[in-house]
Amino acid sequence: MTIALALEQLLNGIQLGVMLFLMAAGLTLIFGVMGLINLAHGSLYMVGAFACAAVAAWTGSFWLGLIASLACAAAAGAIVELAVIRRLYDRDHLDQVLATFALILIFSEGTRWLFGDFPLYLDIPALLQGVVTLPGDASYPVYRLAIIAVGALIALGLYLLIGKTRLGMRIRAGESDREMIGALGVDIRTLYTLVFALGSALAGLAGALVGALQSVQVGMGEPVLILAFVVIVIGGIGSIKGALYGALLVGVTDTLGRFLLPQFLALFVDPSQAGMIGGAMASMLIYVVMAVILAVKPRGLFPPAHA
Amino acid sequence: MKKMLAAATMALSLGASGLAMAEPLKIGMITTLSGGGAGLGVDTRDGFMLAIKQSGNEDITVVTEDDAQKPELAVQIADKMIQSDQVDVLTGIVWSNLLMAVVPGAVAQGKFYVSTNAAPAALAGQGCNKLYFNAAYQNDNLHEAMGEYAAKTYKKMFILAPNYPAGKDSLTGFKRYYKGELAGEVYTKVGQTDYAAEIAQMRASGADGIFVFLPGGMGISFMKQFAQSGVKIPVMGPGFSFSQDVLPAIGDAALGAKASGQWAPDFDTDVSKKFLADFQKEYNRLPSIYAVQAYDAAQLILSAAAEASVKDADAFRNELLKADIKSPRGNFKFNTNQHPIQDIYLTEVVKKDGVLTNKTVEKIFTDHGDAYAKDCKI
Repeated sequence: MTIALALEQLLNGIQLGVMLFLMAAGLTLIFGVMGLINLAHGSLYMVGAFACAAVAAWTGSFWLGLIASLACAAAAGAIVELAVIRRLYDRDHLDQVLATFALILIFSEGTRWLFGDFPLYLDIPALLQGVVTLPGDASYPVYRLAIIAVGALIALGLYLLIGKTRLGMRIRAGESDREMIGALGVDIRTLYTLVFALGSALAGLAGALVGALQSVQVGMGEPVLILAFVVIVIGGIGSIKGALYGALLVGVTDTLGRFLLPQFLALFVDPSQAGMIGGAMASMLIYVVMAVILAVKPRGLFPPAHA
Repeated sequence: MKKMLAAATMALSLGASGLAMAEPLKIGMITTLSGGGAGLGVDTRDGFMLAIKQSGNEDITVVTEDDAQKPELAVQIADKMIQSDQVDVLTGIVWSNLLMAVVPGAVAQGKFYVSTNAAPAALAGQGCNKLYFNAAYQNDNLHEAMGEYAAKTYKKMFILAPNYPAGKDSLTGFKRYYKGELAGEVYTKVGQTDYAAEIAQMRASGADGIFVFLPGGMGISFMKQFAQSGVKIPVMGPGFSFSQDVLPAIGDAALGAKASGQWAPDFDTDVSKKFLADFQKEYNRLPSIYAVQAYDAAQLILSAAAEASVKDADAFRNELLKADIKSPRGNFKFNTNQHPIQDIYLTEVVKKDGVLTNKTVEKIFTDHGDAYAKDCKI
């Protein structure tokens, strides 16, 4: 194994982590502020990807598509909050799971109805095509580096938003004590809609960014949603900081596991068997990591102080 | 004039097939019409229905249901179709794991199953059954063909497939004909969407050729990411990796990729050209290999139904075995294990009139059967 390969794999892990962070940040924000389990978060990811692909195909510009993905996902999130989610805050988690699961089905069939059964095409913009050469003679796609940069910017932005602005203060207050902040005259209903739209926009952005790497198709959000849940459980539900560290941990563990486990096993059994067993073990690895972390820290790595 | 002709053809076909035609036949189609694999199921359904529609045979009814690519759902649908819809023949399943869940039960209840795609090794060898026919291939076939091609052209192959039965069959089939050095053999998670870690390994492995088996959305993701990674090793795979259902979504990243298939849209035979024109006229898109396989499955059922009653299982089976159809693929007959013997070709992804499609390069296998037929005792 060369340095170049190790570096490339590490970057791959970070890139996967950053993408998971965009999903997990919205999910954990919504849970932290509103106490709501939103299974339809993956659908908003899909909405973002489809909006980007459709607008990019129509206008020929990926950048317009990216703006459209943010706008569409935020709008879809706000509409869903106003129409459905708003009625669920006082219900228990089972009702929320049921209702948001129904939303997954509605979003999936709606998207199929609008765009058909076949995957859409979305390519990365000309500006971000190609590869760069890194130290140690490793080469890495520019687009993936750009995803890492976007994720870092979003993490910084969220940090400033939550920590330094009035809206952030209200969000934190809403997490601590819902009734009190309502009593102090803050319009909690609008705040909820805003937070939900923000979380949705982040999911939509992740969908659009990843759509250019993968296939834009119905049902693309659910596998990511499962990983995002793993991330927020590891990080501590409700904690943005936890989501960031959890996402990076899951991304790097998953990538390096997929890469190293088969090679490690190949020392003991023949390569074909090692590939098969290693592949199976690698897909379990993040769940093993989650179990270990929960055994040591049952509330995740960075549990919010008050929850 | 047209109407008269149509009436005359109708009368002729009725006359030719005699009394058996009047026997109603009910076909249950279980296929994937929702979720990530829907494109495959839609092509299966459309190819099948095209043949049924062309036959003008009104004694045949087809009930179609969506299995959402879930084995448990496919089993429920099959039970419902057999018990309450009283179907005579089942067909349409795309995925091997779903097929394995449905077929043993269906044939045990005396129903015919004609597969339009999935063909696991377990049902081709010792587990073969008189009532189970496969109109597509045996799962290993297209991978064997690529192994044969790679053995002639490359010295050090990197091979990759998802970690599930068809994925293992794939690499086993490939290695049956490719005996050269392997730069790597990797199994990925089913449904995996990010292949950066695997592509990095390919880059570092020093391979001179890459074989991937990644059907549906997995293949789209892989090819796009591979093209973006700047790795310049030639990529090849079985036909489904670059089939018409995924090419538009992969885009130019697929150009130049080599694949194996029993059919390509540029086949220069009258049957193939007519099929292509009819399919495009009916559905306004190019058919994929799944559509061709389903079209042939429907033709097989129609050909048997024209000569025998499905209630007489032995007679119906004998008619199916004759494989008296005009396949767009060309030569088609059944092996002793009721899987096809057919030619397999090397194809290349090209752009023709702005549309990505597959061009035939050369024939790899002539009258190719499968490795399991010798274990089948029927």
